[in-house]
Amino acid sequence: MRYDSPLAAVGNTPLVRLPRLSPSADVRIWAKLEDRNPTGSIKDRPALYMIEQAEKDGRLTPGCTILEPTSGNTGISLAMAARLKGYRMVCVMPENTSQERRDLLAMWGAEIISSPAAGGSNTAVRVAKELSAEHPDWVMLYQYGNPDNAGAHYATTGPEILADLPSITHFVAGLGTTGTLMGVGRYLREHKPDVKIVAAEPRYDDLVYGLRNLDEGFVPELYDASVLTTRFSVGSADAVTRTRELLQQEGIFAGVSTGASLHAAIGVARKALKAGESADVVFLVADGGWKYLSTGVYTAATTEEAIETLQGQLWA
Amino acid sequence: MAIEVRIPTILRQYTDGQKAVEGSGDTLAELFADLETRHSGIQARIVDGAQLRRFVNVYLNDEDVRFLDGIDTKLSDGDSVTILPAVAGGMA
Repeated sequence: MRYDSPLAAVGNTPLVRLPRLSPSADVRIWAKLEDRNPTGSIKDRPALYMIEQAEKDGRLTPGCTILEPTSGNTGISLAMAARLKGYRMVCVMPENTSQERRDLLAMWGAEIISSPAAGGSNTAVRVAKELSAEHPDWVMLYQYGNPDNAGAHYATTGPEILADLPSITHFVAGLGTTGTLMGVGRYLREHKPDVKIVAAEPRYDDLVYGLRNLDEGFVPELYDASVLTTRFSVGSADAVTRTRELLQQEGIFAGVSTGASLHAAIGVARKALKAGESADVVFLVADGGWKYLSTGVYTAATTEEAIETLQGQLWA
Repeated sequence: MAIEVRIPTILRQYTDGQKAVEGSGDTLAELFADLETRHSGIQARIVDGAQLRRFVNVYLNDEDVRFLDGIDTKLSDGDSVTILPAVAGGMA
């Protein structure tokens, strides 16, 4: 594989079968390794695609400032692309996200504005919208509502998966901006009407929910429930357990939100096994574990200790 | 037939503060009726007539029952049911 520039190397990631975590020879689980993108996460796809579409539309011109609410990965991807393309980058990020993510953003020259921990990403979105109103010349690509976020996955991630695994029966991914599920889901449905689209939604401990204002409900504008077949709610303990199993049994070092997707993938795989059906379940490895090393979930002696260390932290 | 039911903080007033209780039933509706016999008042906080209350989410083995058969969803021994308030809009 040869590419003319680092940005051209986004996508075309490997799809690998997980022989140990698959429940049987007929019910197989496959991981799409999105950590193999240039900045190490799936967000390189929507970030680059949103920038390039905005350039085509003339919304983004040389010297512009890009503003984005992000819990990390989208900001890192945008910051890298902005550096190469000559834009200034401002990220709004919850104050309780890991130090690695802040360091990475700073490394690519992004400026970080912290939003209060309470409300997590919802609050970051609100703060970014306020900043956008104060600075009308800044360009907010706004991953939660930008159709080009889902469009990136419709144009690249979906076709790659179908080409590599025409027998796919289930697609599982995390529910954040919903862009991955909407884009890949729509593409796969058009080509395989019976495919099941499964969302894995993070469920935090009471400790995190305790910080939230229940009135702050926020549904990303991209979200269309009709694309989904089902939704799983995955608690921190299961997300951490699966993240560690993925590392110990299959040698894949992934972030904690990937553990949540794997948990849902194993859930649908077991249902297929119980029903006597064969299945090819694809889930996404959204990023590697590097940015979450400081949480201690990988190095804790036991899974119980690892779960304990993640209490009260946002991991998706 | 034992089913573990995880209770959210706001409903623990009905379970003497317990985070999880056991119940039985062939469907979710039967399970909630069974819980009501020991935890008076809990059923009305979860169910409204023949459906789940709007701001309550119920998960069977972590799967959102609104995408299954709602309160008619069938249960088996060893299943785990989680009740949660629909925080952050619940996105549904």
